[in-house]
Amino acid sequence: MRYAMAIDTKKCVGCSDCVVACQTENNVPIGYCRDWISETVDGTYPNVSIELRSERCNHCDNAPCVRCCPTGASHFEDGGIVLVTHHKCIGCGACIQSCPYEARYSHPDGYVDKCTFCIHRVRKGEDPACVSVCPTNCMYFGDLDDPNSEIVNVLKNRKFKTLAPEAGTSPQIFYLV
Amino acid sequence: MKEELFVSGRNIPNIDPYLNIWHWQIPLYLFLGGLAAGILFFAGLFYIMGKEKEMPATVKWSTFVVPFALVFGLFALFLDLKHKLWFWQLYTTVRITSPMSWGAWVLMSVTPLSFIWAASYLREAFPQWNWRWKFLKNFEKWVIKNRIYFAWAMVILAVILGIYTGILLSAFNARPLWNTSILGPLFLVSGMSTGAATIILTSKDHKERRIIGKIDLLLIAIELFFIIHMIMGFLAGSEVQLAAANLFLGGQFTVSFWVFVIILGLLFPAALEILELFGLKVPIVLPAILVILGGLIFRFIMVEAGQITRYLY
Repeated sequence: MRYAMAIDTKKCVGCSDCVVACQTENNVPIGYCRDWISETVDGTYPNVSIELRSERCNHCDNAPCVRCCPTGASHFEDGGIVLVTHHKCIGCGACIQSCPYEARYSHPDGYVDKCTFCIHRVRKGEDPACVSVCPTNCMYFGDLDDPNSEIVNVLKNRKFKTLAPEAGTSPQIFYLV
Repeated sequence: MKEELFVSGRNIPNIDPYLNIWHWQIPLYLFLGGLAAGILFFAGLFYIMGKEKEMPATVKWSTFVVPFALVFGLFALFLDLKHKLWFWQLYTTVRITSPMSWGAWVLMSVTPLSFIWAASYLREAFPQWNWRWKFLKNFEKWVIKNRIYFAWAMVILAVILGIYTGILLSAFNARPLWNTSILGPLFLVSGMSTGAATIILTSKDHKERRIIGKIDLLLIAIELFFIIHMIMGFLAGSEVQLAAANLFLGGQFTVSFWVFVIILGLLFPAALEILELFGLKVPIVLPAILVILGGLIFRFIMVEAGQITRYLY
């Protein structure tokens, strides 16, 4: 089992619904967010192209945050989901430094927090909150090891990229381009 | 020209717009750890060489600084933790892949060692000192008899501690400025140099100061070589490394780095020490203090600058 997400940059309109859904679902403190929308603008009007990406923790296969955590609070859960055990985290900030995606933050309560792929929902067979609310259906969540899953199908048929693959983290969020 | 922006608005404290999760505590600790490593290394080394009598400040008196430096450094580290009450979990886990876990355990062994070493010389420094309890007196006797083993342990652990202060940073591949394997040796040498400077400050003996001064000069030369080497490596590297090097070559840290670290922290004290070797009267305190301040500022700059370097996508 290998959970992953594919996000269609051609369908995303940058409405930030995923961001709000995540904040509501996971009680993210005000002023913080586990996912966010990035816009890359190339050129100036009228010769302009815009790419919109809903970004979050990449749940990397080779996660530097898990590697550098001194207490084992950052760890892999089933399906390769990277999680932080709050009561094991000492708040040293090593994982925040190690993340090339700046996907982690220090929760006001002290521990480090980030996207969990909504593991509590996924275990019940539901999609993560961000995926379930997307009005353009631009996000696909699923198991890469399941040949019949929608995500495998879409990754077979579309060109995609990952963010900063040169960082060697082997990220598991795929952006369809 | 590509332009990146957050559509959904993102202004997480200490993360945006620039990562700044590590404040003064970490560079201060890295400095104190390096300084302690330097002092312990020379104390152990000259003890093993049988120079206890000729180099009293190196082997004995300067080591009184180390327990204070380490405890203060550890306290700074503790202050840096955001989930403080859970700090003890550093010592219920051993994680081979985490430099911070290594560091926690190295500190756990070096700190008591530094206390024992300094305490074994306490009665020489203060003859009226009384250990009061018998087991402490027996322990002191045992330590004095076995000092050579302590000295060896100190030399080895000091090198690990000194190099660890650099590896702690260099292990973060997401921060291009830190992610260079030269950082470990560079921080080790810089730490030893600040340690040597502290020894010079505690020594009253002209001959001893001269020996340590010469060593310090050599260390400064190696440090300069490593810094040039590091920047050369960045300039031959990828785009993110070029951006890292540019922080010091025209970017926002250029003045602080070249003026306070390279000129005032390395070149000027080195020049003063050379002049002194040629017999010119230089107040030896001056280069020593400059080296120490330079080492401190160097770590502050590296930690600050490293955090704003990142991957681009």
